[in-house]
Amino acid sequence: MNITINGTPQQLSSEKNLTDIVASFCKQSRHVITELNGTIIHSDQWPQTKLQDGDALELVTFVGGG
Amino acid sequence: MMTYQQIRNILEDRSPASVEALAQQAAQLTRQQFGRAISLYGPIYLSNFCSSHCTYCGFNSHNKIQRLKMTPEQYRKEMQHIHGQGIRNIIMLTGESYKHTPLEYLKEAAGIASEYFQSIALEVHPMEIAEYKELFAAGVDGITVYQETYDRTRYAQVHLSGYKKDYDFRYGTAARAAEAGMRQVSLGILLGLSNVVEDVYALYQHLRELEKSFPGVDYGVSFPRLRPVKTENLAVCDVDDIQFVKIIALTRLLFPRVSISLSTREAPKLRDHLLEIAITRMSAGSNTSVGGYTLLEEKDQDPQFDIKDERSVDEIVQLLKSKNFDPVFTDWRHIENSL
Amino acid sequence: MTDSPLVIAGKSFSSRFLLGTGKFKNKQDLRDSIIASKSEIVTVALRRIDLERHEENILEYIPKHVTLLTNTSGARNAQEAVRIARLAKASGCGNWVKIEVINDSKYLLPDNQETIKATEILAAEGFIVLPYISPDLYAARALVKAGAATVMPLGSFIGSNLGLKTREFIQVLINEIDLPIIVDAGIGAPSQAAEAMEMGAAAVLANTAVATAQNPVALAHAFALAVEAGRLAYLSGLPLQQSLAKASSPLTGFLYDDVSAN
Repeated sequence: MNITINGTPQQLSSEKNLTDIVASFCKQSRHVITELNGTIIHSDQWPQTKLQDGDALELVTFVGGG
Repeated sequence: MMTYQQIRNILEDRSPASVEALAQQAAQLTRQQFGRAISLYGPIYLSNFCSSHCTYCGFNSHNKIQRLKMTPEQYRKEMQHIHGQGIRNIIMLTGESYKHTPLEYLKEAAGIASEYFQSIALEVHPMEIAEYKELFAAGVDGITVYQETYDRTRYAQVHLSGYKKDYDFRYGTAARAAEAGMRQVSLGILLGLSNVVEDVYALYQHLRELEKSFPGVDYGVSFPRLRPVKTENLAVCDVDDIQFVKIIALTRLLFPRVSISLSTREAPKLRDHLLEIAITRMSAGSNTSVGGYTLLEEKDQDPQFDIKDERSVDEIVQLLKSKNFDPVFTDWRHIENSL
Repeated sequence: MTDSPLVIAGKSFSSRFLLGTGKFKNKQDLRDSIIASKSEIVTVALRRIDLERHEENILEYIPKHVTLLTNTSGARNAQEAVRIARLAKASGCGNWVKIEVINDSKYLLPDNQETIKATEILAAEGFIVLPYISPDLYAARALVKAGAATVMPLGSFIGSNLGLKTREFIQVLINEIDLPIIVDAGIGAPSQAAEAMEMGAAAVLANTAVATAQNPVALAHAFALAVEAGRLAYLSGLPLQQSLAKASSPLTGFLYDDVSAN
């Protein structure tokens, strides 16, 4: 399926849930925040959340800031 | 805001140099904030019926004076006289009596006063917000209420009976008036009634509270000094001219935008000098008796306090102009009092 | 003489210096600076994860006892700020948010109006909101009403190190607003932080000065000392400065003219 992650098109097999996606794209899952099609998905929902074709996923984390 | 100790130090330092320095600072600040404009106003005593027994007041309920309450026809004549003198800002006073001078009486007076005066203030008994809203709609834009003293013990000693006994209700009046939409609210303490430093400090606290809660209101302060009424003198301490000047100057420093008025209780010479320091409002051509302008002969009058400055409005205007002040009779004219 | 703690939304802090974590050369410097500054509140930001490069997790470098204050930097309006705040909350790292709404790339001045809107929404959702604004009394009053936990007026432009250009306006807020006033932005030197504290500010936030210093850790320590010194000076009751008015003619000679005065 075709989705975008952080604005970049990605091709994924449809079996993956959010836990797997975060693990494969992020160095570590701790403190990763996910927003799927504009809705925040809490980490305890990741196992149940499966993506679909056309979804837009945002993966966000903390960085230094003022 | 200064601490109590700082205020006390300033007020207790009587050295000529420190008095002069304080006065100079106050004068500069007053000029910066107000220019040389001095607002003129006149009082009218509508009624001296009073249900409160305040030991220091000529109108107190236990005093045997002729009790008068003017009818609309009578006070209209008085107002015409005051208007004829040039006054356009009036303060209407009564003794404290819900019974004799109820809300309807005051509203009617405000209505008639509106025909002659641009700004109408009231100094009467403390009322509820709803009543102040009605008065505001009727044309009153200012409320004056002096706590007299903020010392509860002393307050209880000098307010022996009547509504005025209620310290808290009186204290809350300024806030209620502000909330009801009044444009001007004036506070004051009767100097000499209690410990001066404590009362001045408490007054400042009260004013700060109001400034924060109702920032859009124009605040005024007054420092009447306890004066003999006919013969008695009820002061616990004497506030001499030096301390009086310091209090006024300090008030200006701490509250640059507050209106400071000086009534005709004070002698002409002192009034003239204080004009140069921090005063921004003066009464002129005043009479403090009910019907004193047109109804009663002088010998029949019972003044609330004895007047020291008997100069007429014209004389005051002359004085102000000679000192390069700008006598102002009307600051603004309301079109409709609404929130 | 001991100070009372800084209390924000019911939580007590012994340090009145907040440190921003942006612009540091490396993360070890950041960690050492936080410790040297004794800060108990630091700001962080949110960013999309760089999928190509695997950045270290900044939170690993922030001591555990420190409260995280997520800055909504990047938000150009209230809605964007609200979105960022909700994302931060979803991390489980707390609900303290510094609202920074900037739609001005030239001066980086905050949009007070949008900040007020965001504050209303987020405070209602239970966030602890620390809004960053241009010092304006009306805006500050609106923020109090909107449920802000503090007000954070800027001292001067972000990153400018110009100090308290807005000092008179900050003083007005300190005088009139009954929330902790935390001076933020433009603090370039410990002396400026001390000055803000002497004026009566509840706390000071600095970032660029420390992060871009040659020795950030040492400067962080200096800021800690300066904020303490300024606070102590304020509590000790600084002597009132006599502004010497130029005397024209004497105003009070009359009081001493005749012995029978009064």
